[in-house]
Amino acid sequence: MLVLTCPNCGALCEETELVPGGEAHLKRFGPGSNDGEFESYLFYRKNPKGVHFERWRHAFGCGKWFHAARCTATLEVFGTYSAQTTEPPASLIAAIRAKRPDWEGWR
Amino acid sequence: MTRLSVGGRLIDRSKEISFEFNGRRLSGYRGDTLASALLANGKRLVGRSFKYHRPRGIVASGAEEPNALMGVGRGGRFEPNQRATTTELYDGLTAESQNHWPSLRFDIGAVNAAAASVAPIFPAGFYYKTFIYPRAAWKHVYEPLIRRMAGLGKAPKRGDSDIYEHFHVHTDVLVIGGGAAGLAAARTAAGSGARVLLVEQTAAWGGRALVDGVTIDGLPGPDWAARETSALEAMPNVRMRLRCTGAGLYDHGYAMLHERVSDHAPAPGVPRHRLWRVRAKRIVVASGAIERPLTFALNDAPGVMLASAVRDYVELYGVCPGRNAVIAANNDDAYRTALALDAAGVEVRAVLDTRRAVEGELPARARERGIPVRLRTGIAFVRGGTGVRGVQVGRLSDSGRMTGAPETVDCDLVAMSGGWSPAVHLFSHCGGKLRWDDAQVMFRPAPERGAPSGPDGAVNTRCAGAANGELQAAACLADAVEAGADAARAAGFAPEAAGGASEGAVAVDAPEEAPVEAHWFTPSRGGYVHGTKHWVDFQNDVTAADIRLAAQEGYESIEHAKRYTTLGMATDQGKTSNVNGLALLADELGKSVSEVGVTTFRPPYAPVSMGAIAGRNAGPFFKAVRKTRMHDWHERHGADFEPVGDWRRPYCFRRRGEDRPAAVTREILNTRRNVGLLDASTLGKLAVKGPDAGEFLDLVYTNAMSTLKPGRCRYGLMCTENGFLFDDGVAARIGEDEYLLHTTSGGAERVHAHLEEWLQTEWWDMKVHVADVTDQWAQIVVAGPNARKVLEAAGASADVAAEALAFMSWIETRIAGCPVRLYRISFSGELSYEIATPANCGAILWEALLKAGEPFGIMPYGTEALHVMRAEKGFIMIGDETDGTVTPQDLGLHWAVSRKKDDFIGKRAQERADLTRPDRKQLVGLTTEEPEEVLPDGAHAVEVVTAPPMRTVGHVTSTYYSPTLGRSIAMALIERGSARMGETLTFPLEGGKVVKAVVCDPVFLDKEGIRQNV
Repeated sequence: MLVLTCPNCGALCEETELVPGGEAHLKRFGPGSNDGEFESYLFYRKNPKGVHFERWRHAFGCGKWFHAARCTATLEVFGTYSAQTTEPPASLIAAIRAKRPDWEGWR
Repeated sequence: MTRLSVGGRLIDRSKEISFEFNGRRLSGYRGDTLASALLANGKRLVGRSFKYHRPRGIVASGAEEPNALMGVGRGGRFEPNQRATTTELYDGLTAESQNHWPSLRFDIGAVNAAAASVAPIFPAGFYYKTFIYPRAAWKHVYEPLIRRMAGLGKAPKRGDSDIYEHFHVHTDVLVIGGGAAGLAAARTAAGSGARVLLVEQTAAWGGRALVDGVTIDGLPGPDWAARETSALEAMPNVRMRLRCTGAGLYDHGYAMLHERVSDHAPAPGVPRHRLWRVRAKRIVVASGAIERPLTFALNDAPGVMLASAVRDYVELYGVCPGRNAVIAANNDDAYRTALALDAAGVEVRAVLDTRRAVEGELPARARERGIPVRLRTGIAFVRGGTGVRGVQVGRLSDSGRMTGAPETVDCDLVAMSGGWSPAVHLFSHCGGKLRWDDAQVMFRPAPERGAPSGPDGAVNTRCAGAANGELQAAACLADAVEAGADAARAAGFAPEAAGGASEGAVAVDAPEEAPVEAHWFTPSRGGYVHGTKHWVDFQNDVTAADIRLAAQEGYESIEHAKRYTTLGMATDQGKTSNVNGLALLADELGKSVSEVGVTTFRPPYAPVSMGAIAGRNAGPFFKAVRKTRMHDWHERHGADFEPVGDWRRPYCFRRRGEDRPAAVTREILNTRRNVGLLDASTLGKLAVKGPDAGEFLDLVYTNAMSTLKPGRCRYGLMCTENGFLFDDGVAARIGEDEYLLHTTSGGAERVHAHLEEWLQTEWWDMKVHVADVTDQWAQIVVAGPNARKVLEAAGASADVAAEALAFMSWIETRIAGCPVRLYRISFSGELSYEIATPANCGAILWEALLKAGEPFGIMPYGTEALHVMRAEKGFIMIGDETDGTVTPQDLGLHWAVSRKKDDFIGKRAQERADLTRPDRKQLVGLTTEEPEEVLPDGAHAVEVVTAPPMRTVGHVTSTYYSPTLGRSIAMALIERGSARMGETLTFPLEGGKVVKAVVCDPVFLDKEGIRQNV
């Protein structure tokens, strides 16, 4: 039962108000992509024990999607941010690195 | 009666209460628990055990009670498996003991126990080993027999007539447990100004401070507890609840509390239980400790009780569970019970201490009182089956064997103490780790190895007092004060700045206690296990011999041994048995307890009622029902409803004397011959608006929507990114930058979420808004050869002429005074109009159309007629012809998939090898060789009938009897189906029946579309 802050409406959300959407920052491969690229986009997902970037939707609230950076092992939440970006904000990456010096980075 | 003439801190002797136990009227006092009242009435035998139906009595005085489970209440208020020790007495309470037949005293099931004395018949792993062959016997003989014999209480026969509710609460500090530690922690935290929620599972504040004779801050324990309670009650930032159990701790400071609001005083209109869903910044678990039984032979006889429980009954309820007592112990604390009994006038015939030397202050006081203390002794076995009559006392040798001839001591009460286990359950629920403390013989929290944490990653939960392994009063209170201060500080408050009596150290005066000594097993004679009746888990009837057997059979991990023996898996979750069981396993394996480790504790700490979990979300509130604006009319006109998503839709409208099939047939034939009326309001309706709406919909639908002209409609398909068909429906272009999408009934939310996901997370630069307008419109279908005449009669003449409103167009107009959007679209294959009107006009328009249609033979039709008619036309239905693995191409819908568009959701996936292989299943029609034979839904097709298993080549997706065609029709997904036209397939059905059907085009009626294009 996590709590995450919705960056859109600012509400502190109970997990039951949210719908999970899996790994964040996937690059879409559409028509014209090769089989390997498309397969990896459609089926392959990271499953780290540690820092992870995820999509969530404030489904029973403002309805907006957002991103969350979270440790899958301790459930520590490093931050939430807009879904309308292709990469995590630099300040968040710096904050995670400060807390987790051994972290291999988000890509 | 065993009520003492004086004492009983919690009872009010001026308030006598009458209650019923097994049909007998008994009396107790206000403040009694059912357990204390039963003991006061001399009832020692209170139930039969789970497996062996052994006679059992009350063991404990609190939530850890394994034996005394009762069915409490009557009728709609009956609830089984209530612990007598936590059930407060109220006037008119009725209780019945469980697990016996025909009576508690004489029980047939006890033959199990008798048989077990010769050879164990339910040994460890019983269910895995026995009754395997012959196979059929399990279902028909063994299982019904075992189910009758075993099991706990009876399930209630009637619905629950009580009400329940949920509380959602945020707090700075949550303190679980209102004993001395909880009060001290709460007081310290509250002094800082932090919002504090303090809960206690029993009906009284103070915990063991009420019983154990300690002096705190110069006051006797009970007086100190009263003072602290009043101080806390006076603080505006403190909320306190008695009868409120910390049931579970979860991630990020989420706690589930279970409050019994009115179990002790049932009243109409008052919720029975309340589930608290708490988010706390910091949590202090001051849940105390639980005393362990000792494992000696026949330690389950009624009259063998935990030592602490015995003195609880004496001190709190003024009840003495016996006249002559023997105490068996391995620690100093049990001497408090000896002293309490002695003070109450009970003869304590011996304290049997397993230790070699006993020098503490409490034993010294016992000796002063003339109580015989016998070192290195234990109980060889207990005499008395349905109640203790005496014990055989033996001498323990250095190797733990029983030596010499046992000596008999007569008594009617045995108080046992195997030491104390901190109640670490809640701490462990959410990742708190434990360590074994060899000196104190217990598992205690080890936050350095892991503790529950909050969203910021910081530890947010700690145990305090006895729950933290601090069993001595002074250390316990010091730890609690520190825990309270830490919690307040971490929640952003400054405990030092505030005043208050509990600030800093608390002066405690309590006798010094000598160390406990590990003692896990008392042999009945000689060496290790003799016989099977050294009970470890009373509620699940697990013995020391079972644990030994599990170890011998290779169940070395405690997690495996637990499941194999069912140790700790009963409703008490092994509160009194876990540590004893794993220590016995460790002994057998020659390992230390710390090496064996402990099983994981799971929520809830104590049983939570299903009613509390449901709260108000029961009955009509369980799931809201969606009703269209015409629902009331449907109800008045014989509608036979069926659920469609959250909606209720008329399946058909039955007339007097009609059954369902007759009504459906009539509705279909009337629609095909005259005209029918359908309430289609449940159809999902999404408004999509914005300058980029067309471009967006081109990506969302498989076909082009940007080329649609305003005033026109187009059938469209939506796929998911993996290429599979996900929803279909007609889209209408309302204006240059606005569309209205129709989705399947009940699919609007799903499709809306799909669109939002793509708009917000992939194409966020597009200027498009999507709104679900399903509820804003009522929608009515008028279909059939007379449809146009009905609309003309209703006053829409100029608009509906064939040339004015062509097939797949729409106009805005008024009918019967209602503003409408009139779509000429057809899902039945007939001349058909869908009329959308603002929801408030729905019922008016419905009745106006019925009236206007009267001369033309109009009749309403339901969902089944709708389904049959669409199947006659070969139209697919999402969820029938699709199952998440079906592409548009599989369904022969190539024409609705654009080849020109660069991109749409699912396009790239539809190029994958698996989605283009020629042997995929394809949609076909089926006509059975015998026209009256209707294939069952889901029936599998084979090429050749063989002995099972047979290779299936596909399955039936829709199947009906078509009144229009006078024969059965079906649609099916069949491997290479389109290449099989005219081929006969075989359908082996249940019971050896075989049906043959010929593969045909799925459009059964009017392939040219003449009927709808008039």
